Amino acid sequence: MLSIKNLHVSVGDKPILKGVNLEIPAGEVHAIMGPNGAGKSTLSHVLSGKAGYTVTEGSVTYKGEDLLALEPEMRARKGVFLAFQYPVEIPGVSNIYLLKAALNAMRTYRGESEVDALDFLTLVKDKVKLLEMDEKFLYRAVNEGFSGGEKKRNEILQAAILEPSLCILDETDSGLDIDALKVVSKGVNALRDEARSFLMITHYQRLLDYIKPDVVHVLADGRIVKSGGPELALELEAKGYHWVEEQGA
Amino acid sequence: MDSQYPELYASLEGDLIGQSDTKLADFRARAAAQFLEQGFPSVRDEEWRYSNVSVLEKQAFVPVLASEIAVSIAADVAKHQLDDCWVMVFVDGHYAEALSNVAGLPDSVQAMSLAQAIVKQPEQVYEYLGQVADNQTVGFTAFNSAWFSDGAFLQIAKNTQLEKPVQLLHIVTSAHVMANTRHLVILEQGAEAHVIETFVGAAEQYATVSVMEAFVAQNAGLSVYKNQLEGAKAAHLAGIYVQQARDSRFGHYNFAFGGLLARSEVHTNLHQAAECDLNGLYLGVKRQTLDNHTRIHHLEPHAISKELYKGVLNDKSRGVFQGRVIVAEQAQKTDSDMHNHNLLLSDNAEADTKPQLEIYADDVKCAHGITVGQLDEKSIFALQSRGIDETSAKNMLTFAFANEMVDKIELPGLHEKILTEVLNRFPQAGIDQAWL
Repeated sequence: MLSIKNLHVSVGDKPILKGVNLEIPAGEVHAIMGPNGAGKSTLSHVLSGKAGYTVTEGSVTYKGEDLLALEPEMRARKGVFLAFQYPVEIPGVSNIYLLKAALNAMRTYRGESEVDALDFLTLVKDKVKLLEMDEKFLYRAVNEGFSGGEKKRNEILQAAILEPSLCILDETDSGLDIDALKVVSKGVNALRDEARSFLMITHYQRLLDYIKPDVVHVLADGRIVKSGGPELALELEAKGYHWVEEQGA
Repeated sequence: MDSQYPELYASLEGDLIGQSDTKLADFRARAAAQFLEQGFPSVRDEEWRYSNVSVLEKQAFVPVLASEIAVSIAADVAKHQLDDCWVMVFVDGHYAEALSNVAGLPDSVQAMSLAQAIVKQPEQVYEYLGQVADNQTVGFTAFNSAWFSDGAFLQIAKNTQLEKPVQLLHIVTSAHVMANTRHLVILEQGAEAHVIETFVGAAEQYATVSVMEAFVAQNAGLSVYKNQLEGAKAAHLAGIYVQQARDSRFGHYNFAFGGLLARSEVHTNLHQAAECDLNGLYLGVKRQTLDNHTRIHHLEPHAISKELYKGVLNDKSRGVFQGRVIVAEQAQKTDSDMHNHNLLLSDNAEADTKPQLEIYADDVKCAHGITVGQLDEKSIFALQSRGIDETSAKNMLTFAFANEMVDKIELPGLHEKILTEVLNRFPQAGIDQAWL
């Protein structure tokens, strides 16, 4: 699904990623943990095509294609989804409008007809229920006046409707209370299947109690310094990032 | 101050309404003297720095006789007349009864032209005329008081809720016309009403001067919506002066589309626990100047004022916002919130914005926020990351910026009308009206 080879990325003159290697096969859930400033968010931004980052070396292949050569919207249409760490508020655009515009952009790209209004409403209401959201949220402006937890649920709602192949969750668990975390995790787990891969970026081991990863990676100072099973997250929690940083050095 | 207008209006003597009424003649004469003292404002006046109205004296704009108005413009009226409204039509500044429709208004509502009101119930007119409008400091208001040709007199009795809005439809039929209207809107205690002011022109270059005085009694609620669709080269100077009694509510929604120079002023005086909500959207193109001036005077405690004005400025257009809030010494617990946001779509567009807070009380909450800028890169990326191409994303965001104001319109017929106007002014790729 996703193959990252020796990826070096700078912001301005400052190198942030210094040779990341990562393979995510179809159907797997990979978690990336690491201290602040390790480059976790940079990785998610580069994968989704955000401006302001320079790739100085290395490659990213997605479904056999050079991902970095694609415009952000083409990546999305081909199935790459980023759940934002800080979802933006878009006053004047209702949630349901955005969902429909996004879904139709993808359908049009795939050569399918635009979604039938009634089918769409049924689909959306179904997913809203899954994420235990109030239907009223659909008709409110995107994220405007939403609480932190509501914004994160809204990101997962978008994923549930767009059904991406590669779902990047950038600190989707940060700032959530345990009830909200359970709901968001339920939404993510409902999306898991053999064809869909996940890259979960998180600070906190707690998320991994609810969404079981296949592989856990530790990113420190722009490199993946350690990879392992879910038990690695527990070890990290107990010993601190300092431990891996020393090991990586 | 030299002005072409005293002579022009002198030639209409006898046609101006209420000439035989000494009280009104006196009122007009005093206003004319005040106007002549100051003339129309110049850009040297700080309040008019960005809005050059010298065209009003440079070009010949001529008032039209009541007997000479072209009523044959009915087709145009039909186009702008809103469904489900009572309508009062003013053609070139004069009330056109034949085109108006106030049939079926309840007995508790008086809707007639100012000309009719002066004949029928002069005392009621003088109880209100000139009581809140300011001839002294706003040059065009003295002009309006001196030479208004007609206007609406609307009085809503105690506890009457008007079930349909009243539309004041102003139409200018030909070039070089000076249309000058004066409206009185009176809401008695507990009354509620929506008034829609529509300004349209069949010509490009002409002048509109319009002043409304509104009196909102205790616990009454008035909303005034303005759909300004003047001709492309028209000058539009309009002011609304509001007296808000205790616990009253007033909302103003100015949608400014037309005119080469359009100035809209809102002045309101808030008594105890009164609330005002002022809103504006201005979409500038070419060389338009669209100017919003507001003055909110908190006179007594516990009053609330909210302001949100948004501008989208393209080409060489200019948007102006000046928001003045005055909090009197005794107006404790005032809650005031003012925002002005401008989106510049062209390097040559300009936004001039000036919040002015004058606070004489010490226990108040006064917030303000002003922005001038381009579309937010983060929002563009957020939409792209959902598969929407960059151009469509920008179109959506520009439209959305404006649509926030459109969504405030609670009258369905007007909402649709304004939405169409807004949509027609932006590129629509990526926007599907059926989804809104």
